[in-house]
Amino acid sequence: MRNRKRASHLVSGRTVGIIGSLLVAVGLLGFSLDKHEGKKIIIVKDSIGSVAAFKQVYKVLQSPRCMNCHPSGDIPLQGDDNHLHAMSPRRGTDGMGMYAMKCSNCHQPTNAPGLHTPPGNPKWHLPPADMKMVFQGRTAHQLAKQLIDQNQNGHKSMDQLIAHASDTLVKGAWHPSEGRTLPPMSYAAFKKAWVTWLTKGAYAPAGK
Amino acid sequence: MITLNINQKDYQLDADPDMPLLWAIRDLAGLTGTKFGCGVAQCGACVVHLNGEAVRSCVTKVGRAAGQKIVTIEGLSQNNDHPLQVAWNEANVPQCGYCHSGQIMSAAVLLRENPNPTDEDIDMAMSGNICRCGTYPRIRAAIHLAAEMHRKANSSK
Repeated sequence: MRNRKRASHLVSGRTVGIIGSLLVAVGLLGFSLDKHEGKKIIIVKDSIGSVAAFKQVYKVLQSPRCMNCHPSGDIPLQGDDNHLHAMSPRRGTDGMGMYAMKCSNCHQPTNAPGLHTPPGNPKWHLPPADMKMVFQGRTAHQLAKQLIDQNQNGHKSMDQLIAHASDTLVKGAWHPSEGRTLPPMSYAAFKKAWVTWLTKGAYAPAGK
Repeated sequence: MITLNINQKDYQLDADPDMPLLWAIRDLAGLTGTKFGCGVAQCGACVVHLNGEAVRSCVTKVGRAAGQKIVTIEGLSQNNDHPLQVAWNEANVPQCGYCHSGQIMSAAVLLRENPNPTDEDIDMAMSGNICRCGTYPRIRAAIHLAAEMHRKANSSK
C-alpha cells in the first residue's frame, strides 16, 4: 500500500515536469522578440486576432486614397471610382512619372485649393516599375502575403513595416484635398489594426 | 518681397508665398507668354520649367519657386531659335496659338530626356497639353522635326 502511494507520487511529479516543459516550449514558439534601435517589437502569435485586424487594414488599402496609387497598370488611378488618371501620366522607372508629367510637376507639396485640383504631398509618387506593390485586384489573402514579402514590399523588415504606418504619404490619405473621400476608418484605427496585424504574426486571411 | 529668378534674371516681387506662380510671372514680372487655361493643372497652357522640370504654374505657389531657376517660353532660347521654336514655325503649327507656349515647354522636356521619340512616346508625353484647335498632328510632326534638327546639329559638330 505504501509503495503504491510512493509510486503514484513519483509518477505525478514526473508528469508535472514533462507537462511543464512542454508548456514552456509551446510558449516560446508563440512568442518572439525582435529589436530595432533599442525598441523591442514583441510578436505574440495569434492567427485569429491577426486575421481580424488585417480585414480592417484591407478595407483601407482597397479604398481610393490608397489604391489609386497602387494600380495594377502603369497609369495611376483617380477619383472615388478609380478611373484612369486624366492625361494618362505614366509610372516611369522610378515611380516619379515621366517627361513633362512627373508627379511633382502637378502635385505640389500641399493640397491645391478648390475642387478638381491636384492633391498634394511632398512625396507624391507611385511604387517603382521593378516593384509595383499592386493593391488593385488583390484579394485579402494575396495582399497580406505580398505586404510581408520583402521581395515585394520595398524590402521592408518587420520594424520598417510597422514604421510605414507613420509614413507621410500614408498619413496623407487622411488629409485629402477638397471633394475627396476619406478612408473608411480613422487614421488611429487603421494604425492600430496595422500594428496589431503585424505584431500578432502577420497572418493572411484564408483563401486565394 | 520675394526674389524669383526667371530666365536668368532676378525679379523682386511683392508677392505672397501662396500666390500661384502664374500670377507672379504674368502680372508682376510682366512675362505674358505663359497662359492661363484652366487654373487646375489640367490643360498645360501654364507650363514653365522649374529647375528644368515642367511644372504647372497655375497650381505651383510662388513660395515653392523662390530661390529656384524658372524658365518661361520667353527664356527657352535667347533668339527664339530653340529647335522646337524653329520647328513649330516651319511646320506652321499654331492656329489660335494659345496653348503653344505650354506645348513647347512640355516638348522641350521630352526632347531633353528622349532625343529620338517615337509617335507613341510623343503622344504619351504630350497628352497633358490640350489644344482646342486640334493641332495635334502638327505638334507631333514639329517635335519629330525638332528632334531631327537637333540630331543634325550634333552630328555636324
